[in-house]
Amino acid sequence: MVKRFSDLNRGTQRDVAQAISGNRREFLRLTTGAAAAASLFGPATLNAMVAPKGRKAVVVTFGGGARDDETFMPDGQENIPHLLDELIPQATFFSQVVNKGILGHYVATASIVTGAYENFNNFAAVSPNNPTVFEYFRKDLKRPATDSWVVAPSNGFARIGESAHKAFGPGLGAGVILPKRLLTAALSRTADGSRYEHLLRDNYETPLYAPSLAGRQIELGQMAEVLKLSADDFASHAGGLASPDELSVYIARHLMKQLAPSLLWVTLHDIDIAHSGTFSLYVDGIRRADRLCAELWRSIQANPEYANKTNMYILPDFGRDSDIEPGGNGFQHHRTGDAMSRTTWMMVLGPDVKQNVIIDRPVESIDLVPTLGSFFGFNPALSAGKPIAEVA
Amino acid sequence: MLPLELTAQSFATYPAEARQLATAHLDTLNRLPLGFAPLLLKELIVFDFRFPMERRDLQRQIRYLESLDPEKLAAAVAPFAQLRLSRELEQTDWVAKPAVFTEQLTAHLWTTHQIDAFRAAAVDYMDKATVAFPDEPRPTHRIGIVAIGQGVKENSYRLFRKLRPQGTYFTSVRPGEGVAVLTALVAKRAAKHPESYAHWYIDGGAPAAVPPAIAKVSWAGLTPARAALQGRMQKIYEAPVWDPEAFRTKLAQIQPEEIGMKDGDDSAMNRFQLSLLTEGSGTQIFATTFVQWAAREALRRAQPLTMLTRFAPRQRERPMNELLAEAQKKSEFDPEGSLVDADMGAWYTWLNQQRLHGAEQSNFLAWFEGHSEAVAVGPAFARGKVSEEPVNLADLAASLL
Repeated sequence: MVKRFSDLNRGTQRDVAQAISGNRREFLRLTTGAAAAASLFGPATLNAMVAPKGRKAVVVTFGGGARDDETFMPDGQENIPHLLDELIPQATFFSQVVNKGILGHYVATASIVTGAYENFNNFAAVSPNNPTVFEYFRKDLKRPATDSWVVAPSNGFARIGESAHKAFGPGLGAGVILPKRLLTAALSRTADGSRYEHLLRDNYETPLYAPSLAGRQIELGQMAEVLKLSADDFASHAGGLASPDELSVYIARHLMKQLAPSLLWVTLHDIDIAHSGTFSLYVDGIRRADRLCAELWRSIQANPEYANKTNMYILPDFGRDSDIEPGGNGFQHHRTGDAMSRTTWMMVLGPDVKQNVIIDRPVESIDLVPTLGSFFGFNPALSAGKPIAEVA
Repeated sequence: MLPLELTAQSFATYPAEARQLATAHLDTLNRLPLGFAPLLLKELIVFDFRFPMERRDLQRQIRYLESLDPEKLAAAVAPFAQLRLSRELEQTDWVAKPAVFTEQLTAHLWTTHQIDAFRAAAVDYMDKATVAFPDEPRPTHRIGIVAIGQGVKENSYRLFRKLRPQGTYFTSVRPGEGVAVLTALVAKRAAKHPESYAHWYIDGGAPAAVPPAIAKVSWAGLTPARAALQGRMQKIYEAPVWDPEAFRTKLAQIQPEEIGMKDGDDSAMNRFQLSLLTEGSGTQIFATTFVQWAAREALRRAQPLTMLTRFAPRQRERPMNELLAEAQKKSEFDPEGSLVDADMGAWYTWLNQQRLHGAEQSNFLAWFEGHSEAVAVGPAFARGKVSEEPVNLADLAASLL
């Protein structure tokens, strides 16, 4: 009969989550000299600020969590040099971000985007039930369609831009760009389309998954008009990139240059190759995400439309299973719902954000939308989250 | 249908031994809640094709449930009875297809935020059953051996980083006859402790020859089955209506003979190998994943006394720009990446071995194949120690016995 790792498993979810947080905190303090938030400022300080016009936000989510073992623990630090050495010293870091919802990438991202735990089938081609941050942003602030965009890795995210909610919905959401789909379309103009089907490998949770598209994603014909980027130039540039995440960041930077949207949401996904069980490829994905986050932040600082008025929020959508959870298979999946798979982190960078600070108290991933609401000045009325006072 | 309504006729389609077991314990099954009975039936319906240790575990569960008076039984399964289930679940044909029910139940529990409660209840239940009817002593201690890094000439990755604190790290191992030393050890153990499915050899490439008493699984040996399975997967994928959940269900329903396995040869082994390909993720594509998952499942299900696991290079994952440049290029191997995969696989294999009864006496050896690095874990090996003394692989292996 199976023997449990009783000494390690007896703790409650909360105990384990706090231990995870503690590990991150201690490691970061040792490596970066970061200080605890409570000693620097109280939660109310920034709440009183009036949201100035011209603010922008870039949100980067990792679809496919990266565990502490491969990131913030000593053995993992070699995989995240940019986060550790370049970004965290400039950031307020939340060491305990809990996702209490369904741990599937589309439904979890939808929950983060709506600020409410969505309950639909992760593999269904459906819109979120609750209004998205893009709809709140555009409706409340009367922003045009070109001011909010999503760059997402896979077809499954085609409907992430706007909800099925009656009071919001069609026409009020964000534009969605699915770079891999655009690339496949661009390449297929001059070659056998089936030759590039592998590029649409869509979802590492279900290797052959490819849902129907029915969102407001832009298609190839619109790309030249919207992004000022010809199909040939796009395909040519993509030929020099190593992965879909690099393609996504390339598109994001192009969007910033051409349209300078105030709210840009980028979902990286290479890490999720962990589902194939290949540890080395999973670590490669982490290293790539680490580098791409730093590149994106540098792009923000180098772009006059964004510099000194943009907050960047980086967070995995959730974690992955721990090695000691007998119901899982370690890094490969996020199926157990254990504390490690539910507990992740977030870093926030920006002109009004305290630098080199660690926040230990638990927050939830659904708190991001209300936090963005405070930042921009819109009311996320149906979100179940709360503004994160330290960065709201 | 509710468990209370089960009759002997309900199991008419079950294989012979499973049917006999179910009807013999019908009274107990009648007293279980819907949130529990199908989970037990999921194990029971495949009883005929299970390894001896799995059969023992299922019978232990039944003995445990039947040892409880009605009040205590109700208390033991109360957390499962308290689950809020849907009408759709109740209407599922959970007697004939308990695995389908289990998949749907899992999705329902996630959607309704009951998965954490279920998980806690399941762990608690299994713990109590094990305490009530503990494992009997095994004839000898368990030995696990993992060989990693086949085909790697030079390495800069810090190997055994997770295993080193658990045992002694050897830096001057003389390989000698190499893998032949290890297969000989398994053969010796199989001869000394003859028991069905108690001694295993899993290889990520073409396997070495071993005596028939050793249960053997290999990546190369399953090449025809993998090809046949991929063909079937493609057909399901190309169906007009695509449903990922149904995809998994259909994969799980594939029978060994449908992908060229002769079920008459060794039905337990055939179905085990089939499950590696249909229930594992990435096992159809990457040899390293296949070996790690096979080792995990063999330990979990067969609970072997001896297991030799040998990783081999997997195919290289090609970056996007290469794929764009030439879509049909022949696949290549990635020995260095495979070494990193296998290093993690060795750690997981040890963890899974430690979940079994008798973990305190178990021995484990991980060796960088053809090289001088190894780590040994067990009662005789000091934790966190580094040994630079030259040692023959054969002697190191013999010290596990």
